[in-house]
Amino acid sequence: MTPDNVRIALQGLLANRMRTALTMLGILIGVGAVIVLVAVGNGSSAAVRKQIEGLGTNTLTVQSGGFGGFGGGGGGARAFGGGGGGQRNGTTSRSVTLTTTDVTNLQKVSLAPDIKEVAPTVNASATGTYDGTTHAPQQFTGTTANYAEIRNLTVDSGRFFSADDVTQHRKVVVLGTTVVTDLFGAGVNPIDKIVRFGSVRFRVVGVLKSRGTNGFQDQDDVAFAPISAVQDSLTGVSATVGGITIEAKSSKVTDAAEAEVLAVLGSDHKLTSTQASTSFRVLNQASLLQTSQASNRVFTVLLGAVAAISLLVGGIGVMNIMLVTVTERTREIGIRKAVGAKEGDILGQFLVEAVLLTVLGGIFGVGGGLLGSRFRIVGVQPVVAPYSVALAFGVAVLVGLFFGIYPANRAASLRPIDALRYE
Amino acid sequence: MTQLPVIVVHRVTKTYGEGDTVVHALAGVSLAIQRGDFVAIMGASGSGKSTLMNILGCLDLPSTGRYLLDGVDVQALDDEQLAEVRNRKIGFIFQSFNLIPRTTALANVELPLVYAGIKKAERRRRALEALDAVGLGSRVSHTPAQLSGGQQQRVAVARAIATDPAMILADEPTGNLDSQATVEVLDLFAELNRQGRTVVIITHEPDVAARTNRVVRLRDGKILEDVRQRELEGAR
Repeated sequence: MTPDNVRIALQGLLANRMRTALTMLGILIGVGAVIVLVAVGNGSSAAVRKQIEGLGTNTLTVQSGGFGGFGGGGGGARAFGGGGGGQRNGTTSRSVTLTTTDVTNLQKVSLAPDIKEVAPTVNASATGTYDGTTHAPQQFTGTTANYAEIRNLTVDSGRFFSADDVTQHRKVVVLGTTVVTDLFGAGVNPIDKIVRFGSVRFRVVGVLKSRGTNGFQDQDDVAFAPISAVQDSLTGVSATVGGITIEAKSSKVTDAAEAEVLAVLGSDHKLTSTQASTSFRVLNQASLLQTSQASNRVFTVLLGAVAAISLLVGGIGVMNIMLVTVTERTREIGIRKAVGAKEGDILGQFLVEAVLLTVLGGIFGVGGGLLGSRFRIVGVQPVVAPYSVALAFGVAVLVGLFFGIYPANRAASLRPIDALRYE
Repeated sequence: MTQLPVIVVHRVTKTYGEGDTVVHALAGVSLAIQRGDFVAIMGASGSGKSTLMNILGCLDLPSTGRYLLDGVDVQALDDEQLAEVRNRKIGFIFQSFNLIPRTTALANVELPLVYAGIKKAERRRRALEALDAVGLGSRVSHTPAQLSGGQQQRVAVARAIATDPAMILADEPTGNLDSQATVEVLDLFAELNRQGRTVVIITHEPDVAARTNRVVRLRDGKILEDVRQRELEGAR
């Protein structure tokens, strides 16, 4: 590709600006679409990963598998519980409930060596009232102090309730930011304020750092209180718990920890291993992450494929225009050949022209794609994948070469006398 | 004068088609043109003069016979080499000017130099020189659409002489020009010839032929007569 070739090709493109612009638009849209759509797929994948990782990749959530069971230990568990449960139907399951004995046994290193922390949870539904304002959090959970660590919850102000609060049955509560805004409005420090849940007065000791939405529910519309206090005042005292949230020693041993959970629960409730696996739902965040990543990859590939088709259509547009151009400029080709242009010169000229079309279209497409990826699209913040930029641009150039070869060849093989005679 | 003729055409024939529909465009033409000569090839349409022009210009090859251009046997060349011969040895001028549209006069004149692989600065210098020689030094950045017919044909002449070819081959160069421009362009050819260039004009206009040294008349693919009307000034 000599500079002369490029200059001649540029002249050719500039000679018909409107047509050049429209042809480039096809490539631009193709390249831009690949980048944006892959970025959307990537972004949604990243969002799900972040949310799952936010729950802790070494976290296991245990729920009773019986129908009409408990609400679930956490947001993630509730959101994905349907998928987890669906895989385990078709075998007999006994309706069993989780008890404090299960919690105690799971905490025993001898029985479950891969488990680090165990937190029982009970869910209540209660409407909070403060100064005449009411708000019912989507999730009101009673649990133990280590829940914050297991779930990676961090407090923005104040503190999470302590183990002492749990043993002393103190009526204290930690609120999510949505609850705080709804109950207190702006500019009020909620710490040490008293909020009534149902008829019970809870003292606010902390506000959680905002975690945003996970796409299914507002993760800030939550309240956590000591399990003892919640049982005392809202759900009633019993030996059963709603769910058990477990932290494995590391994300590598979550599968081993899951097996230990099933073994412990099976022996506690005198179930065979098959029954144990159907009677309880153990939600493994690590495997959940893998599954969601896999399905997201498929999603991204599908989006990319749709966009690639538009790139292909753009390429056909390039070929179409190049064929028109060759026909239109037959005489010019004749002149060039008469004054000494070789087949290679003509081939090069039209091929460079086609590739320039797609390269320029590709550059604008990359610009447009990167720009488009800055905006939120259908609720997903796109994350541009560098490979998609390189791929889309590279494919665009190849498309130019591929679809340029036929017209350029046609131009090059014209006989000069025929080309000169062409009107 | 011991110099080899720039053009030697020996018993050249050209036939189109096959069997019953065969057409003998050239039926055995022999011709020699000396360096520095100014020749008109005349004939009515269908006489074979366009075919002869295509063969002389290396745009087409003869069916039989030999054609030596500047000592090179054209028959033996492939497409690539023919392109090179056209580039180095022939300067074309066409009836319809055949400039590349939307391209400046300078770029048009530079075109054969581009294909000759000459560097940009040298190319520019030679193109400007050629444009100066045809009296268009002030219009180098005009496009064909901004030039009159006579001026366009002068750009074409500049393009033809830019590579300093062995022969200038003009196909009905005044066919699309008014009488004023015709005179200008013919004066230009005469001037080029006086500088020692070989000029071959294909024409059907007796006025044009009258300006040349030698007139070759074709009819039905054969040379009807070959008249020298002016002596060749000492060959250079």
